[in-house]
Amino acid sequence: MTVYIIRRLIQLIPVLLGVTILVFLLMHLTPGNPAQLMAGENAPPETVERIEDRLGLNDPLPVQYFDYITGVVQGDLGTSMRYNTPVIDEVGDRFWVTMELAIYATLLSIFLGLIAGIISAVRQYSVSDVTIMIIALFGLSMPNFWLGLMLMQWFAINLGWFPPTGWGSPSQVLLPVITLGTAGAAIIARMTRSSMLEVISQDYIRTARAKGVKERIVVYKHALKNALIPVVTVVGLQFGSLLAGAVLTEEVFAINGMGRLLVDSIMNRDFPVVQACILIISVVFVVVNLLVDISYRFLNKRIDLNE
Amino acid sequence: MSQESILEVKDLRTSFFVEGDEVKAVDGVTFDVPKGKTLGIVGESGSGKSISALSILQLIDSPGKIVGGEVHFKGENLLDYSTADMRKIRGNQISMIFQEPMTSLNPVYTIGQQIREALKIHRGLDKKDGTEKAVELLELVGIPSPRKRVTQYPFELSGGMRQRVMIAMALACNPELLIADEPTTALDVTIQAQILELIKELQDEFGMSVVMITHDLGVVAETCDYVAVMYCGKVVEYADVKTLFKNPRHPYTVGLLNSLPRSDVDQEELIPIKGTVPAPHEMPDGCRFAPRCPFATELCHRELPNLDDVGEGEQIRCWIYTDEWDGDPEVKVYDPERTSEDK
Ligand SMILES: Nc1ncnc2c1ncn2[C@@H]1O[C@H](COP(=O)(O)OP(=O)(O)O)[C@@H](O)[C@H]1O
Ligand code: SF4
Ligand SMILES: [Mg+2]
Repeated sequence: MTVYIIRRLIQLIPVLLGVTILVFLLMHLTPGNPAQLMAGENAPPETVERIEDRLGLNDPLPVQYFDYITGVVQGDLGTSMRYNTPVIDEVGDRFWVTMELAIYATLLSIFLGLIAGIISAVRQYSVSDVTIMIIALFGLSMPNFWLGLMLMQWFAINLGWFPPTGWGSPSQVLLPVITLGTAGAAIIARMTRSSMLEVISQDYIRTARAKGVKERIVVYKHALKNALIPVVTVVGLQFGSLLAGAVLTEEVFAINGMGRLLVDSIMNRDFPVVQACILIISVVFVVVNLLVDISYRFLNKRIDLNE
Repeated sequence: MSQESILEVKDLRTSFFVEGDEVKAVDGVTFDVPKGKTLGIVGESGSGKSISALSILQLIDSPGKIVGGEVHFKGENLLDYSTADMRKIRGNQISMIFQEPMTSLNPVYTIGQQIREALKIHRGLDKKDGTEKAVELLELVGIPSPRKRVTQYPFELSGGMRQRVMIAMALACNPELLIADEPTTALDVTIQAQILELIKELQDEFGMSVVMITHDLGVVAETCDYVAVMYCGKVVEYADVKTLFKNPRHPYTVGLLNSLPRSDVDQEELIPIKGTVPAPHEMPDGCRFAPRCPFATELCHRELPNLDDVGEGEQIRCWIYTDEWDGDPEVKVYDPERTSEDK
């Protein structure tokens, strides 16, 4: 197990290097000059050139990348071009805000998705099953930002139950977490339902019943653990869209998270901040998927952990 | 039947309701299992053997439903039992093993966990005592290094070993009745013999009664005391095993004897029964076997014969053995000379 994890961690290095190269190229090859933006639109060309020199923007791209990556390896994410402060300070707290949002939303979607999916499967074709599946279809098809705006309109502005923006207090947290978690809950519910239905008709479920096992235990012990195997994979894949959704959700609810920072920095061509944000998001994504993989292997006994 | 029966199934009916149609999978099945003996249930695939067995334990899933009949176990009708009372019977007084050892064990729990479960439910054994008992059971069914096996997962065992585990699980609470649904069909021949031998030994040791469902008349000859032959959801002949082999009387039984492979005797060649089992929606009104029966008469096509006692504990569902028979009075359904030599 430890060997497996270490090997997986080593495999992450080329992936993350690839990500940095990609983002680096994307930022530098798209139009828009950070020096021009910093100097202002009417600044004389000399000023712009001086700033470019200071930022090293006139060096050849490979040299710029090499400087950047050497810093990253040493734990230095660079300096914000816009604020002239270390990137790490800019990202700092905002990272935790986004993580909180993502984790709460994931927990919500797992919790709701599993319960809804199990109820649906156990009472296949019943009123509750049909209702849950219709709601799940809506949950899947609603764009994240639209749902956010609707929730804000109804519960924050019309009813006044929650503050419309911000992050921190439980009442501020609820609407954004629902906004972000809904799509995942819908996907997990559908996946759990189909997975449970498949498992419930397996021979070993009949064996359990033939032993005199209570129906509740047949469902929650014998069926669920098997049904979770494919669901766990979905949770991992889902986490990617969740991070993307977090950017939109933060915009809608004016939450000062990494998503907003990323959008602002792209607008202002603040290269180091953009690169840092994407690198951090990538690390989170791959680490989450590693965790998912480990739990998958934990559930599915047929896979040797050292493979 | 002179002896005491542990199980008496009377006119059991189980149907599947699919798209408004009723498929009568088990259509009035009647048989007895004498205490301490083995009843074989034989018949072609789809004749309702498995559904009959699952109905005894009320393990029928929707869209299936038991629609009538009685299942008397030690004198009490199990169909009157509550769900909770029925659970106390399953895996405790009546156990079942299935055809597919590869898929009948839960892949995500260890062998030990799965054997302990019945012991915990019915005997209240804790983990430690349960494990000890599980090791003992694995040893009993002939699994080498049982202490190691209890911590293994099903995928680590071969098909034959898994079927032994299934048997160990079924025997955990010393059941009075064991229902084995084609326990060896999925296994290869040498393993088949071992498993049958094992069931026989355990039966002698614990005085269990057994219902042995099988395709293989060789298995019947080796393991059974009585036989119920099933066709299209009905029992067509019930007899003790010697009578059945020496003097089969129902035309379908004779057809089976000539067409099914037997592992116990040399067969010159297999003579298949002509035609095929009728599909559920084109079930004949009269005798279900009439379209394939060489002796069928107008009466057979028109009316369904009853399962009648013909003496000495034998029962037959065929017009030939009734006073109403309208065909050749001298008809010879089974001719040992003819069936074994000519085509
Ligand atoms: N799940 C099901 N849905 C509909 N019909 C079924 C189902 N299971 C069994 N049947 C019907 O019951 C009949 C008997 O099945 P079964 O008892 O499994 O036969 P076998 O004698 O081979 O064990 C089948 O021919 C089929 O028509
Ligand atoms: S009742 Fe008639 S058709 Fe049916 S088995 Fe007997 S002889 Fe054949
Ligand atoms: Mg069967």
